[in-house]
Amino acid sequence: MTATINQPGDTALQVPILSARGLVKTFGRVIGLDGVDLDLFPGEVLAVIGDNGAGKSTLIKCLTGALIPDAGQLTLEQAPITFRGPQDARAAGIETVYQTLAVAPALDIASNLYLGREERRPGLLGNVFRMLDHRGMRDRAAAAVRELGIQTIQNIQQTVETLSGGQRQAVAVARAAAFGSKVVVLDEPTAALGVKESNQVLDMIKGLRERGLPVILISHNMPHVWEVADRIHIQRLGRCAGVITPDSHTMTEGVAIMTGAANLEDNTST
Amino acid sequence: MTVQSATPGAAAKELARREHTTSQRIQHLLHQHPALSPAIILLLTVVCFTIVNSRFSNPAALSLLVQQTAVVAALAVGQTLIILTAGIDLSVGAIAILSMMVTATLAAENGWPAGLALAAGLVLGLAAGVLNGLLVTRIGLPPFIVTLGTLSIFTALALLYSGGQSIQNNRLPALLNWTGEGFAIGRFRVTTGVLIVIGLYVVVGFALSQTSWGRHVYAVGDDPEAARLSGVRSRRVLFSVYAVAGLIYGIAGWTLIGRAGAASPNAIVDANLESITAVVIGGTSLFGGRGGLLGTLLGALIVQAFTIGLSLAGVDAQYRLLAVGVLVIVAVSVDQWIRKVRS
Repeated sequence: MTATINQPGDTALQVPILSARGLVKTFGRVIGLDGVDLDLFPGEVLAVIGDNGAGKSTLIKCLTGALIPDAGQLTLEQAPITFRGPQDARAAGIETVYQTLAVAPALDIASNLYLGREERRPGLLGNVFRMLDHRGMRDRAAAAVRELGIQTIQNIQQTVETLSGGQRQAVAVARAAAFGSKVVVLDEPTAALGVKESNQVLDMIKGLRERGLPVILISHNMPHVWEVADRIHIQRLGRCAGVITPDSHTMTEGVAIMTGAANLEDNTST
Repeated sequence: MTVQSATPGAAAKELARREHTTSQRIQHLLHQHPALSPAIILLLTVVCFTIVNSRFSNPAALSLLVQQTAVVAALAVGQTLIILTAGIDLSVGAIAILSMMVTATLAAENGWPAGLALAAGLVLGLAAGVLNGLLVTRIGLPPFIVTLGTLSIFTALALLYSGGQSIQNNRLPALLNWTGEGFAIGRFRVTTGVLIVIGLYVVVGFALSQTSWGRHVYAVGDDPEAARLSGVRSRRVLFSVYAVAGLIYGIAGWTLIGRAGAASPNAIVDANLESITAVVIGGTSLFGGRGGLLGTLLGALIVQAFTIGLSLAGVDAQYRLLAVGVLVIVAVSVDQWIRKVRS
């Protein structure tokens, strides 16, 4: 009953790039996810909102390989897929920007962009001596940062600890978007930021959509969600309470569904 | 200028654009080049001791300085790797001694060929490192506790195995004494042991700065969870660091035979603290993720320069301990200050 309903007309015809069917995840007696469906369509920003304990993080962790669901099926580009860990999800093209940002403060921006997927020099130096292609990685990192329209980062060799919160977020997003990824998942990207920096991050999310990269955005900040999201997936008590759009529902109605003060059927049937 | 400052907000912009103060510039410079502060300290040390006693900087004294530094410098390579991952190794000396005693005993008492005995000692060093690594990464014990325990275990094993007896170099095959063999480069005297240690610095330094493994060692020390989420196999990297360090301690044990002219289970009792001192004075942060081998080499040289310099100056040897203690405190304070750097 509470599964995904009333897709907006334009997305109903499209094929989802990532979808989940009947995801279940329990922690002992605690039910984290109780049969959740989710669809992410190409080039859209899908927001996931929900109260604390509604299962948003559990849902996202199942989508990004950080948790393994007890039941249910994930499909990426119409092919069934399972993840044993975050590396698998990453290898499949699902990039996650964690709330903690997962950047190494003492390393420079270029090293952080390539952390875990460093590139070696061609030929003998790379194959035998395993020498890294420092200059190449630096140049490509600079290009990736430029391409995303991040003007605030001047020097790609700056260490991350010297950057502001917004700039660090920009580095994390650049890393997620820079490597031919298929899906970018952002977990509370504006939670720790000021107004100006939040706007920069929102602009970056819009930039990702313009480049055709689908984004899943987890956020507590309703104005931010209503500003950038194409569709909004509402989690409540381990289930999906419905999927709405910023046009079909106001922020107040969205929060009402999220907290259980209203439910989607009531709102849409009238 | 005057027109700009008339517009609102221009004052703040002017202030933001003002030049860095001298102290900020120094902070930045030290932040970018962690080996700079030990280099300056070493230079000052050499200059000061030369002024006090000109014999300090003659080739014979400098050669002695380098030879006396070699063993601690070798141990400090492994210690640097472990401190870069925000760990600490108290079993450095114990592993080196155990490895050395097994090599020497197999060769002198059990008649093993020198090469085989040496290989067995090195493998034992590696195995000791592997044990430390397993306890840290699999059971999840803090490195301090693990190596405090293995310090006692390996020391006891070395004493039990050797019966507490030293083996003089006249009973050892040439290969094991080879590290003590000296030759002249100009007016300086170098031993093969010194060359082996320099080789260690070159190889491990290359791995740290030029390979993904090196990047990952820094990343794991910086923030292990962030490294893991970035796709670095943190536990595997951490384990490899302890294993490599064990092998390095084994090599250090070999150079110790040459330096001491014997294999003695009671040698280098201060090695643990001396190696940590060298790393810390060398500018590597005890909090992990920051520093490097060049600093460690300079740090090890500084400690020995104090020893030789103070004895040439005719000062009570206890002052050396005092000076090194002050240096450690200063080095860690400087590290704390540098970490507060902002762009």
